[in-house]
Amino acid sequence: MRRFSWLVPTIYILFLMLPIYWLVSMSFKTTNEILGSFTLWPQQFTLANYRVILTDPTWYMGYVNSLIYVTLNTVLSVGAALPAAYAFSRYRFLGDKHLFFWLLTNRMAPAAVFALPFFQLYSAVGLFDTHLAVALAHTLFNIPLAVWILEGFMSGVPKQLDDTAYVDGYSFPRFFVRIFIPTIASGIGVAAFFCFMFSWVELLLAKTLTAVAAKPIAATMTKTASSSGYELGLLAAAGTLTIIPGAIVIYFVRNYIAKGFALGRV
Amino acid sequence: MTLELRNVSKKVAGDDWIYPIDLVLESGRFNMLLGTTLAGKTTLMHLMAGLEKPTEGEIWFKGADVTGVPVQARNVSMVYQQFINYPNMSVFDNIASPLRVAGESRDEIKRRVGEMAELLRISAMLDRRPSELSGGQQQRTAMARALVKDSELILLDEPLANLDFKLREELRDELPRIFADRDCVIVYATTEPSEALLLGGFTAALDKGRLVDSGPTGSIYRHPANITSARVFSEPPMNTARVTKSGERVTWTDGVNWPAGGDLPDGEYTFGIRPHYVLPFRKSENAVPIEGQIVVAELSGSESMVHFEVFGNDWGSLSHGVHPFETGATATLYAEPEHGMYFDADGRLVGATGLAG
Repeated sequence: MRRFSWLVPTIYILFLMLPIYWLVSMSFKTTNEILGSFTLWPQQFTLANYRVILTDPTWYMGYVNSLIYVTLNTVLSVGAALPAAYAFSRYRFLGDKHLFFWLLTNRMAPAAVFALPFFQLYSAVGLFDTHLAVALAHTLFNIPLAVWILEGFMSGVPKQLDDTAYVDGYSFPRFFVRIFIPTIASGIGVAAFFCFMFSWVELLLAKTLTAVAAKPIAATMTKTASSSGYELGLLAAAGTLTIIPGAIVIYFVRNYIAKGFALGRV
Repeated sequence: MTLELRNVSKKVAGDDWIYPIDLVLESGRFNMLLGTTLAGKTTLMHLMAGLEKPTEGEIWFKGADVTGVPVQARNVSMVYQQFINYPNMSVFDNIASPLRVAGESRDEIKRRVGEMAELLRISAMLDRRPSELSGGQQQRTAMARALVKDSELILLDEPLANLDFKLREELRDELPRIFADRDCVIVYATTEPSEALLLGGFTAALDKGRLVDSGPTGSIYRHPANITSARVFSEPPMNTARVTKSGERVTWTDGVNWPAGGDLPDGEYTFGIRPHYVLPFRKSENAVPIEGQIVVAELSGSESMVHFEVFGNDWGSLSHGVHPFETGATATLYAEPEHGMYFDADGRLVGATGLAG
């Protein structure tokens, strides 16, 4: 029995890696090879798909657009959630618990519910097809999430730390920036990670609120499928490149996420 | 230097946390706040520091009303029971932080942090993070930070409570040396009567948000103003009994009575006696034998603490040495009523036979 204990995890990991392998492998094949025959690895290895993506603005601007609004959204969400989470963790006020829970209910409606009102609203105020439009739309889901995560980390910091800082002579803003934020840095990392991830993978709102100037990569990918037949190699390459930013971010916060799970907030 | 509370009270969400208190605390001695958990020690300290505003009353310091002055402008230091340090800073930066906020020069900061680290014996740890220190060292860091600026008011909120026994003894022995030659008002909160007796020049006993007694520590211990103060200042808890005095004798129940000298008027009293005056052997000729049933016996290496039930009361006996007791058995214990106290129906101390006679 002991001798086969490696077997189950190995099968599991193979199972998990298979679609990713298939995607990466496809990205190095020509569309003809993909459609023509069943091959386990590229028979005619090509970088042409990547070349197209990295040289054609309609492709690479998709990544740029996505990165811009995702970053904008992460900054906005965490920036707004920090003071809110501090209030929830440190003060008691009328209806605080209800409000805290109500924040989460924002996440319970599917994004499609908000697509139409947002489209109408942003068109009316001239925000349509801007990075800010998508970033703002995503804060609807991300601020509650960030508040929820940060509140957990902040409540893990004893109130006496605040008092000690005031006694030492720190003003509130100075304490918040110099002592409190560094103390919950891992929480901010986790919150930022989840904001980034949600905004990166969200397609519906991003696609509805943009046309050309701020079109996200995911929208570009779905359109290309219909323009000149199937360009499966190109799509696979785009897909591979789309996985990379998430993989990089998750690598940096992997240790903190465990802490977030331990606090029951992730 | 004097800190004065004038009729200070605190209500939180309609509940009384601190009932009106008048208290004068002087510099040059340990001012002990003695009380159990939730007695209001921390809240009172927050009021003294200016971290919270009193609902009513005024706080005067050095002859000036400081009630509305924010904590940052007050020159106060505080050490908490939990080892509170800034986790993102090294020990050096932790100790230096009040000086940095005050805008001291680099050399001055270096000199004073070095001095403090020396005094608290943490010079070797200055480059470490607080999380890399033992509990005792973390608390020494917090204390160094509190002492590095020339505070006029230093608040120590159960600073030794979270340390293990040995470290607690060690740091407690050092406290008088650490605070020697400081011109400031020191307030020290503790739940342990023994700590108050070891350190204290002055004690204020608190119970459920009320100041029940205050005065020089020794006299509060020997002559508590009332039964609540006596209870607060007794660990293990004081034994009590309803007794009647008539003529020359005090009677508990049939067959248990003792002579009462002095000028205690006849009547009903609550008699209180500390557990170390109830012994499992006859020490003095005047000791009164009391029969009771053993409930629990806690034998440590050097002391025996026995709880026994006597006429429906739960009494404790604390004696040196190890004495064998069998749970459930009947045993005779010897109380020494000359060390007892008598409280009237309102709980006020009216006399102790030892005092009167």
